[in-house]
Amino acid sequence: MSTVEQRSAAVARRREIGEVVLAVENVELRFGGVTALADVSFDVRRGEIRAIIGPNGAGKSSMLNVINGFYQPQQGTIVWKGRRLRRMRPHFAAKSGIARTFQNIALFRGMTTLDNIMTGRILKMRASLLEQAVYFGRARREELEHRAFVEKIIDFLEIQHIRTTPVGKLPYGLQKRVELARALAMEPELLLLDEPMAGMNLEEKEDMVRFILDVNEEFGTTVILIEHDMGVVMDISDRVVVLDHGRLLADGTPDEVSRDPRVIEAYLGVVHD
Amino acid sequence: MEVLDLVLFEPVRGILDAPLFFVEVLIGGLMSGVMYALVALGFVLIFKASGVFNFAQGSMVLFAALFFVGFMDAGVPMWLAFLLTLAVMVVLAFAVERMVLRPLVNQPAITLFMATIGITFFLDGLGQAIWGSDVRRLDVGIPEDPIIVADIFINQFDLFAAVICGTLVAVLALFFQYTPTGRALRAVADDHQAAMSVGIPLSTVWTIVWVVAGIVGLVAGIMWGAKLGVQFNLSLIALKALPALILGGLTSVPGAIVGGLVIGAGEKVAEVFWGEVLGGAIEDWFAYVLAMVFLLIRPEGLFGEKIIERV
Repeated sequence: MSTVEQRSAAVARRREIGEVVLAVENVELRFGGVTALADVSFDVRRGEIRAIIGPNGAGKSSMLNVINGFYQPQQGTIVWKGRRLRRMRPHFAAKSGIARTFQNIALFRGMTTLDNIMTGRILKMRASLLEQAVYFGRARREELEHRAFVEKIIDFLEIQHIRTTPVGKLPYGLQKRVELARALAMEPELLLLDEPMAGMNLEEKEDMVRFILDVNEEFGTTVILIEHDMGVVMDISDRVVVLDHGRLLADGTPDEVSRDPRVIEAYLGVVHD
Repeated sequence: MEVLDLVLFEPVRGILDAPLFFVEVLIGGLMSGVMYALVALGFVLIFKASGVFNFAQGSMVLFAALFFVGFMDAGVPMWLAFLLTLAVMVVLAFAVERMVLRPLVNQPAITLFMATIGITFFLDGLGQAIWGSDVRRLDVGIPEDPIIVADIFINQFDLFAAVICGTLVAVLALFFQYTPTGRALRAVADDHQAAMSVGIPLSTVWTIVWVVAGIVGLVAGIMWGAKLGVQFNLSLIALKALPALILGGLTSVPGAIVGGLVIGAGEKVAEVFWGEVLGGAIEDWFAYVLAMVFLLIRPEGLFGEKIIERV
């Protein structure tokens, strides 16, 4: 997909963007004496692709960890779908429609691609342990339904050929794709992507960009994206949050942010790949 | 030279001279190996899912056996005694998760290991406080006289025990491989964070593995109890499961099974054919020496994950 097409796709999508679905307010996160996030506030609108950028150690991954409940901030609140939460819990986040991928791939290495993706359906299964044990009635029906859903995602992400391969044996780019598939299997409303293109070659990057745009357009999934590749960020995101040393440096459209003198200063002379 | 011949070749000649007898010994060994495997399996389940080396596994065997034989002696029918003991083990699993594991979440593995040593003393004490410390005979109605198949004597009790243990192992393997809950357990074993991100609740998973380990302990307790009598020594059975674990690898379910079989068969064959040369009682130390050799040449075991730690 050319840059021009991506831009026009982004413009077309902007019409679909709705109300504020997630807001972080005055979040402060400390580890002992180290402040990872200080008084950070921003919001995310439904259907938006929202990028978080910043130099290494700026607190980007910490921010995602706060949003899906891995870290509990010392101060601040999270407003998620109209509910004001003092702290998020991972289980509640997953149950209420937040899925994520990780900077360092976190897959279930001993399991096949299919089994990995099936774990994304776990919260949608209703059969009791006993029913599962005898694999009868509801358990059987459910397993087949979820399997059918997962097959659609496998087709969507074009990973049919590795369906039964243990993921530990897959090349890096495909592992990243399986991780995305597992997140999509949760049918999330909000997708948190932590450097989904890091370490990929150009072709893999282009594929991943296409998948993210497709997910956003076809399912209306809201996306928060951490990415170092400025070209990608500027092309596909609707609004950009810039963090630096745990503080919010700038917040606005890609154009606004890239013209912001403070952002330019923070990035000047710093090479990001 | 003569010594070498005596140790290396004489016993082999003995085996070749009496192949039927060898097969008989081997089968007997394999069948007790299944029982080791069962105890080892309890360790592996908990270690995989929570990274906790559960020192209390042996005490859970004794604890379950004490309750089972206690209920039986009180005149409760066997099936009900089984269900009641099962209930006790389920309650125990919930209690351990709530009172020991949850407060210690994110603590170093050694802390959790120490906590399980605490659980060991608690279980040994509580079990014997309730049921006393006398040796109790447990009769679950399995015939003990040998049967003869193709000129080979097979101990019927061992055969029964092996079939029951084998069935349990197979059922657990199927459960882990093919059900959504099994998938969740494997997911937690592989990566805690990723498992949490798809909404798998760690505390539930831990409770389930302790319940499963409790069931495994109960079956092992009944089998070993019926064989040796229910007594404090049962909790030491776990010590024999450790070499099986080292052999198979701490993180591998098939490893626990193969490890148990190798130890069981190995010690019987060694005792019968090498016993005379080496002075007997080989059965008592064979497993540990084998484990030590494994630790020297292949510390991750036959099936375990190679752990590469960066310094």
